[in-house]
Amino acid sequence: MPKYETWNPERAVEIIAEHQDQRGATLPILHALQEVFGCVPLDAEPLIADALNITRAEVHGCVTFYHDFRREPPGRRTLKICLAESCQAAGVRALESRAKEKLGVEMGGTTADARVTLEPVYCLGLCHSSPAVMLDKDVYAGLDEERLDELLKEAQS
Amino acid sequence: MTRIYISRDSGALALGAEAVVKRFEKEAKERGLDLEIVRNGSRGMYWLEPLVEVETDQGRVGYGPVRASKVDDLIDAGMLEGKPHKKCIGVVDDYPWFKNQTRLTFARVGTTDPRSLEDYQAHGGYAGLKKALEVGPDGIIEEVLASGLRGRGGAGFPTGIKWRTVADCPPQQKYIVCNADEGDSGTFADRMIMEGDPFVLIEGMTIAGIAVGATYGYIYLRSEYPHASVALRAAIDAARNAGLSATTWRARATPSTWRSATAGRYVCGEETSLLDSLEGKRGEVRAKPPLPAHVGLFGQPTIINNVLSLATVPIIMDKGGQYYHDFGMGRSRGTMRIQLAGNIKHGGLYETAFGITLGELVDDIGGGTYSGRPVRAVQVGGPLGAYFPRDLFDTPFDYEAFAARDGLIGHAGVVVFDDTVDMAKQAHFAMEFCAIESCGKCTPCRIGSARGMEVIDKIVADEDRAENLEILEDLCNTMKLGSLCALGGFAPYPVMSALTHFPEDFGADKKRLEAAE
Repeated sequence: MPKYETWNPERAVEIIAEHQDQRGATLPILHALQEVFGCVPLDAEPLIADALNITRAEVHGCVTFYHDFRREPPGRRTLKICLAESCQAAGVRALESRAKEKLGVEMGGTTADARVTLEPVYCLGLCHSSPAVMLDKDVYAGLDEERLDELLKEAQS
Repeated sequence: MTRIYISRDSGALALGAEAVVKRFEKEAKERGLDLEIVRNGSRGMYWLEPLVEVETDQGRVGYGPVRASKVDDLIDAGMLEGKPHKKCIGVVDDYPWFKNQTRLTFARVGTTDPRSLEDYQAHGGYAGLKKALEVGPDGIIEEVLASGLRGRGGAGFPTGIKWRTVADCPPQQKYIVCNADEGDSGTFADRMIMEGDPFVLIEGMTIAGIAVGATYGYIYLRSEYPHASVALRAAIDAARNAGLSATTWRARATPSTWRSATAGRYVCGEETSLLDSLEGKRGEVRAKPPLPAHVGLFGQPTIINNVLSLATVPIIMDKGGQYYHDFGMGRSRGTMRIQLAGNIKHGGLYETAFGITLGELVDDIGGGTYSGRPVRAVQVGGPLGAYFPRDLFDTPFDYEAFAARDGLIGHAGVVVFDDTVDMAKQAHFAMEFCAIESCGKCTPCRIGSARGMEVIDKIVADEDRAENLEILEDLCNTMKLGSLCALGGFAPYPVMSALTHFPEDFGADKKRLEAAE
């Protein structure tokens, strides 16, 4: 079963309606849409603008401002590698290169078989045990090459 | 029945705590043991996580780090009776690293079950709120002022003065906003509180609401913290079900706490950009004045405090402002929750009074590097904090002492680097990070950071060295003085400190050294 639903404006309108009554609803709506569709497609913008009575430019500005929101659904699994100072001090750059090489993608890329998306993240708050990564919603710290390889294998399976 | 404690803190989970829990459950079933597993917060000694504590007559005896595959060996060795083992650290409360701390804000973290309101109340929870209700809004603000508490988010602004300003605004809709956008690398104290003792944050926000007459509160939580989100939601629901946050004291103006997830922008930790983000806009920095205390969220008077500031208020109310003020040095009163991170042997949270030196922290408490190589540089205060060389390890932890050495305490993250670090790369990264995260509103930050990277590259390449060094210094000054907020304003700290203290990494000298070899 695919992880995300395919884009459907009627379904999007329903999701927007669930959140539109709270103040400052834009971000909660964008998160909710991405949760269901895996991304916030361009087509969602006029629907949000309409529901919140703001301009489409304002919605567009918001979607593009935050690093979290995507235009295309990610791979089946998302591996985020922390590249902030603490993890740098603990040797994450070597792990980053290793992950890129093994997956055959650059940061922000998705493998050709659409299984794994590789992304940078700036701090997971696990700096006591750097380096740290996040695979979907699960966190892993104190990583070495061996453990990274296990995670990459798990992500690709 | 035997009670054991295994943390649910995401730091412990990241190190395999869940597998350990599963293994204990399996062993208990197979061996017919009457075992209760409490999921506490973390004690903050992460090199020992997953730490398993067993309740005994002597106290809670700890074993760590425990691997799931070793659980049956431990049980066979009698760990459930607290018997010695090479993984045993003795009674956790007596373990020197833990015992030597002064835990005020973190008093309960690692001890109690963060999902249990009963446990919270049994350990002094809501004593502060009770006192707050007795002394009323003015009394609360007096105590907070007397405590000398300064904003723990990084700027160090006196919390009491901020509260007084909002309280003095005429009655209208006011808001309490908790800044839980802990984005600094090397910091995790906010996360530990939210996961390990979330009720204390809710209690602190409730007290703040009473003090200034605010009836609604927001917790602005970063999207990188899904576990904290779950913990907060559970705590908010528990407090609400018990009538502790929304019903009983509603008449006395209590915030009903709600949260909103960020979407991965470092700059949104800046208070005005955070407000715009909460309002559903691009998180761009606002020019000040007006202050958020006057014109804040949705244009209303708003208190924005860091998680740790709010979480410290309950103990100040409970024990009195003077009690808190008695810890610390100079104008830095109370305790600081120092986070030891990076390439460090004993990474974790160390709460202690202000005044401890950087050297004591890194060498004695932190135990030096994890890699075993010599410590070369330490970055204090997150990505915008200065790099300190060993020569400055006598600097005491104090806002003013750090400022006097062109550094900052910030959120008190201490990131240790060993001698393999290339400081020119770190300086370049500081500019790169600023460029990635700049909200784009002001020119010094938006353009300066991009130009900064280029100039550093030129210096390293030994291209018009003297001239480019001058340009870099001038650029840093422009960013420092001309940026709207701390992102562009402080990015020069790591850059200039790296250049000042580690000039040998920036090209010319290095080449000469290599040539000499």
